[in-house]
Amino acid sequence: MKKSLQARNNDLANTERQLEILSNGIFADGELPTFANKIKETNQFPLRPKKLEILQINLGYMCNQVCTHCHVDAGPDRKEIMTIETMQQCLDVIKKTEAHTLDLTGGAPEMNPNFKWFVEEASKAGIKDFIVRSNLTIIRANKKYHDLPQFFKKHGVHVVSSMPHWTRGKTDKQRGDGVFDKSIKALQMLNEVGYGTKGSDLKLDLVYNPSGAFLPGDQMALENDFKKALKTDFNIDFHNLFAITNLPISRFLDYLIASENYEDYMFALVEAYNPSAVENVMCTNTISVSWDGWLYDCDFNQMLNLKVASKVKHIADYNEELLQNRNIIINQHCYGCTAGAGSSCQGVVA
Amino acid sequence: MSKTYYNAADLRKFGKITEWNEELGNKFFDYYGKVFEEGALTAREKSLIALAVAHTEQCPYCIDAYTKDGLQRGVTKEEMMEAVHVGAAIKSGATLVHSVQMMNKVNKLDG
Repeated sequence: MKKSLQARNNDLANTERQLEILSNGIFADGELPTFANKIKETNQFPLRPKKLEILQINLGYMCNQVCTHCHVDAGPDRKEIMTIETMQQCLDVIKKTEAHTLDLTGGAPEMNPNFKWFVEEASKAGIKDFIVRSNLTIIRANKKYHDLPQFFKKHGVHVVSSMPHWTRGKTDKQRGDGVFDKSIKALQMLNEVGYGTKGSDLKLDLVYNPSGAFLPGDQMALENDFKKALKTDFNIDFHNLFAITNLPISRFLDYLIASENYEDYMFALVEAYNPSAVENVMCTNTISVSWDGWLYDCDFNQMLNLKVASKVKHIADYNEELLQNRNIIINQHCYGCTAGAGSSCQGVVA
Repeated sequence: MSKTYYNAADLRKFGKITEWNEELGNKFFDYYGKVFEEGALTAREKSLIALAVAHTEQCPYCIDAYTKDGLQRGVTKEEMMEAVHVGAAIKSGATLVHSVQMMNKVNKLDG
């Protein structure tokens, strides 16, 4: 199994190095406009939060997979895991937040030893939409995870899972050998308990992100193709497909540079820039919490270690009103969320 | 002077052809965009046709563009190669069907 950038001592494990790459070259010599200058053209600078809707909590960077394009640089070798003390601080916030959606992510959030306790406690807050981002294979990784579909059902969890393609070859190439077969089995297990079936309240959505240096196609067309293929080949049902653009950070940035696709990809993102997507980018309605309790505008800023520009920077000091008065931190990676129909953890935005 | 006649980065400049003739350039791009919209054929089907034609026309820009476009639409490499074979079959068929003319001529002159 491959290792994370961090375990390989790769240059890009250093977030400052990533930001240096994103700020120099074609953006420094004026060949392409910086994201700040681009949104200034349409008077959208500085980017400011709207009403908070989503509280996204990262329970740790440990994962049973090492996906080629992971923006978290997650993997089995990552030991950053949210402690029960930080979880308790998160629960205090969940009880009082105005957000209608709680979104748990990772790594594989299920690998946090206190995951089930946290879900049980968080579900008591009665938040409207409670999402767990499950990579699917974790359900098949070990016997102790086999009951996850039942557990999710018991707590009314909305399951959102990554699935890069409906074919084995493309999926395994991005996510590792054997991932496709395990994912299919996990989806069937989720279907068996009622997830993803037509009319079911047990929501099962899939996330598609491109397997290489290209942007996602039309979300609805991809959803139709996924539904047709998964139903025909494996009798699998799911509700919605979210098409997400790969942002040029972390392992995907490493891939872009190594495959000599970086400049072309950045040109493609800038060419596809859509000012109406800027209106609804997820950082305008989300707060992202890291495994160690720091607050960020989004999961991507978390991975670049760009903490919120606010007096309140940690979950222990959480104050929604103060946080809403911040300016959102941007850089060239933000072009990934504004290309074409836009991109967010909930799919297209424009 | 460029080292080759074709430069991959020139594809990005395609839109600039309107700078030297705005009216005709815009008409072309309007038409082009309309052709590739969903219609009786899906945009995905049109993308595969474009890929096959890109090969028969041997246009490197078009091959780059419609390979990437296919990937974006979730088209598999097997589907892409089949599409190219359709183009190749028509191209070779078009060559071979002319041999009937050759056969006719031989039969007339030397029958």
